[in-house]
Amino acid sequence: MWARAWDSDLAYNFRHSPVAVVSALVLLVLLVACLFCDWLAPSNPFDLASLDLMESLKPPALSPEGGWDHVLGTDGQGRDVLAGIMYGARISFVVGIASVLFAVAVGITVGLIAGYAGGIVDSVLMRVADVQLSFPAILIALLVDGVVSATISGQARERSQIYVIIFSIGISFWPQFARTVRGSTMMERGRDYVMAARVIGLSAPRIMVTHILPNVLGPVLVIGTLTLGLAIISEATLSFLGVGLPATQPSVGTLIRIGNDFLFSGEWWITIFPGLTLVLIVLSINLLGDWLRDALDPRLR
Amino acid sequence: MAAFVLSRVAQAIPVLLTVGLIAFAMFKFVGDPVTIMLGTTYTEEQKIALIHDLGLDQPFIVQYGRFMWNAVHGNFGLSYRLARPVMELINERLPATLELAGTAATLALLVGVSMGVFTGINRTALSARLIMIFSLVGVSLPPFLFGILLILVFSVGLGWFPSFGRGEVVHFSHWSTGFLTWAGLKALVLPAVTLGLFQMTLMMRLVRAEMLDVLRSDYIKFARARGLGPRAINFGHALKNTLVPVITIAGLQIGGIIAFSIVTETVFQWPGMGLLFVQSVQVADIPVMAAYLMLVSVIFVAINLMVDLLYYAVDPRLRMTRAAAR
Repeated sequence: MWARAWDSDLAYNFRHSPVAVVSALVLLVLLVACLFCDWLAPSNPFDLASLDLMESLKPPALSPEGGWDHVLGTDGQGRDVLAGIMYGARISFVVGIASVLFAVAVGITVGLIAGYAGGIVDSVLMRVADVQLSFPAILIALLVDGVVSATISGQARERSQIYVIIFSIGISFWPQFARTVRGSTMMERGRDYVMAARVIGLSAPRIMVTHILPNVLGPVLVIGTLTLGLAIISEATLSFLGVGLPATQPSVGTLIRIGNDFLFSGEWWITIFPGLTLVLIVLSINLLGDWLRDALDPRLR
Repeated sequence: MAAFVLSRVAQAIPVLLTVGLIAFAMFKFVGDPVTIMLGTTYTEEQKIALIHDLGLDQPFIVQYGRFMWNAVHGNFGLSYRLARPVMELINERLPATLELAGTAATLALLVGVSMGVFTGINRTALSARLIMIFSLVGVSLPPFLFGILLILVFSVGLGWFPSFGRGEVVHFSHWSTGFLTWAGLKALVLPAVTLGLFQMTLMMRLVRAEMLDVLRSDYIKFARARGLGPRAINFGHALKNTLVPVITIAGLQIGGIIAFSIVTETVFQWPGMGLLFVQSVQVADIPVMAAYLMLVSVIFVAINLMVDLLYYAVDPRLRMTRAAAR
């Protein structure tokens, strides 16, 4: 089975695209670093014992007065910046992936129903998607986030914030998926195999899920990869604006916001290293997504 | 033409009504403005008086009708956070946002289109390739991070430009402008570049792709065969035919500029509507959020309408097909 996968067109294409290989490797390193941060990180930033004000605001190793104890320096409370980034990137990945999955689930459901049912159901659902598409996603996410977290009070707010963020970002990206799935569903609906399934008396939901869905997933995968980059940027943006993840659950964006306060006193490393991590994550996801799009559909090249 | 405009306006009305309903629902079901405005210590009489002042003791349908009536007249009530009329706050801050967004959009359009033409014509040149690589970074770099980098280099490091605020502004009766003072212009540079960068790279990549496409077509070959100079071919023939997609994307991107002005204004503490909106979201100041939402949707609807009208001016074929379709 592995030999067959290695031999397939996609794998061949991957091996012969240096950009794809490099970005996949970078992404893999980042993923491993933050998945196993409990073991790999130099310290645990959530452990109160790791706070040491004597060690605060130490510059990174390569600057003149830096030491090798903290390779990327420390923040205002003496926490290791590298450790903070590893834990923060994990949260960024989790939120990004979860919100894309949420958007995919909503988008596929709406798209399948609209494309299969057609008529008035289709027009209403797609009109809603169109209206939402005419607003930038970040604005929708910001608004949903503001409204939803306003309904949750006090103590519960900080703990539930991560779910609120996933919901807000997911809800801001579903129309792209719905439109794509609807388009392909309308094409597939007229095919003979759907007719055959209908003739033998299968129910509409069964036809949609087991027959049509597998045939419309290709484009969803491509858009999903490219949306993942956008979702991670959206989360970082919300956190930077101070309406995303709180300082008790810092994502990369939260770290950038916290570091921003130190920028003017010259402690640049608290902001710049999380920022570089964010760019690295998004750039490698985008390059991988571009490659996947070209590989799956040569016409788009 | 008139019928087309009317039908587009008719399509816009349900959109605006829906946005109005969402805005009102926010008012009705989110947060408790009374406790937010009163703080921690208050008497029962103060509370009842405030509830009455805010009109929160009226039935739902009365509140909704009043909300829409007031919204049409630009009256969104008092801000929960600042206890001042929302429209007053927005009017104060509108000039700052419009000047920033306008400058960023102009910058993005001028630089983006000219770089796109340049890289499209000289696509094998080293400089064009370098520009393409930079543009990829520009697309992947989140705007707020780019702003922070600019502050680090040009304010903290070199000290050339201020890192926050609008500098010195000149006040007119309803408008305050930063264009007329040296400090105001200097303060505008970094925020405008930050806000325009993404749109600039997008515009550039689009124009380049369109130019490459058009330059391959037969009528360009024919123009060359007729002996026209490169200037007439590149600008008179090729650039003109890239305009339709450029106008579409440019129109859509104005919406993006308004949305991302929120982020840029937060990075640079630019006293515009976006900063006001973020500060309102943080404390769930619903009247300001609702007013901003409705204002932005009116702007978006207007932009979409203008883009449609521009098609008419640019592409004669559309007039034919639209007429035939009807």
